[in-house]
Amino acid sequence: MGLISKKNKEVLTGPLNINNPVIVQMLGICSALAVTSKLEPAIVMGLSVTAVVAFANVIISLLRNTIPNRIRIIVQLVVVAALVTVVSEVLKAFAYDVNKQLSVFVGLIITNCILMGRLEAFALGNGPWESFLDGIGNGIGYALILIVVGFFRELLGSGTLLGYQVIPQCVYDWGYVNNGLMILPPMALITIAVIIWVHRARNKDLQE
Amino acid sequence: MEQLLSTFVRSIFVDNMIFAYYLGMCSFLAVSKNVKTAMGLGVAVTFILVCTLPINYLLENYVLKEGALIWLGEEFADVNLSFLAFILFIAIIASFTQLVEMFVEKFSPSLYASLGIFLPLIAVNCAILGGSLFMQQRAFENVGVATAYGLGSGLGWMLAIVGMAAIREKLAYSNVPKPLRGLGISFIITGLMGMAFMCFSGLKI
Repeated sequence: MGLISKKNKEVLTGPLNINNPVIVQMLGICSALAVTSKLEPAIVMGLSVTAVVAFANVIISLLRNTIPNRIRIIVQLVVVAALVTVVSEVLKAFAYDVNKQLSVFVGLIITNCILMGRLEAFALGNGPWESFLDGIGNGIGYALILIVVGFFRELLGSGTLLGYQVIPQCVYDWGYVNNGLMILPPMALITIAVIIWVHRARNKDLQE
Repeated sequence: MEQLLSTFVRSIFVDNMIFAYYLGMCSFLAVSKNVKTAMGLGVAVTFILVCTLPINYLLENYVLKEGALIWLGEEFADVNLSFLAFILFIAIIASFTQLVEMFVEKFSPSLYASLGIFLPLIAVNCAILGGSLFMQQRAFENVGVATAYGLGSGLGWMLAIVGMAAIREKLAYSNVPKPLRGLGISFIITGLMGMAFMCFSGLKI
């Protein structure tokens, strides 16, 4: 099997479904809601978070035996802040428009709870390779929710996907109207609530 | 004076941290189970916002911004350190949180016990870093406005979490569909509260 053993596979795929960071572990909700009114920023945000989580996990995991316990939060914050600065400069250079749309939320990856949560819960107690897989898994699990929410909000709210018109003009001629409410902030919460509802209805052991 | 008041009121109602930008959702959902703890956390968050925003404002305008170092001499006029903003802001916030934590531990052990892990986690509360980043983005005129913004957003956050805690205390007696219990219904309630807060948009003083 080599690099991907059975346990590692679980580490990688668990966060996609049964252990999803957003809808089960309740981590990283702030940004999941704020950037999802369109699909494109949702995808970019998902990718940025995946990259930052994976690399922060590796770095902290390499340092885990040398960090004094009392100041570990500050060390983690500095590592994360440095990585986020890199991501933010890259976005500014190569995707300026999306960077403008994401505005402060790129900086807010620093305080994204997924990072601190995974660093505390996983990277401090596991080797670099497992931590890397855990970071990728959680990042993708987060991106997945963002993309689903972004998809529905953009489709129902503006009738477009990634900026292209997907609902044909003839439907509008019959009297279909875009639901402007979907673009507004509160609907992000309700969309996620519906996702949680469906997810928990299918996984009975997650119900409270 | 008028601008202070308008920034203050706008940041409580119109640009509410929770309902308009969803900042600080994690602790908002996790600590809003009873009103008293929610109140304590709200006060702590407000306090840290009021302390860190003016400091970060001064840092931004006298150290980080392009040309901000001109007070050191002419040759510093085109130094632009703004890429350091994230690291410096988070360092200031983390050290203030540490201070508040020691202060609360000393003077109010009962509040310290009830807040538990969430007190150190204020450092990673997005509402606080978010406040500093919005301050940077909107380029307020002076320290006073920045402080008013900090106070307003803190109070707005507190208003939201206390309201939510009050609703959740009552919700314990209602019959919610099973898969929606807990997290799901909290999201829906926050969404409904957000819609209610939207009627403040366009508020002007």
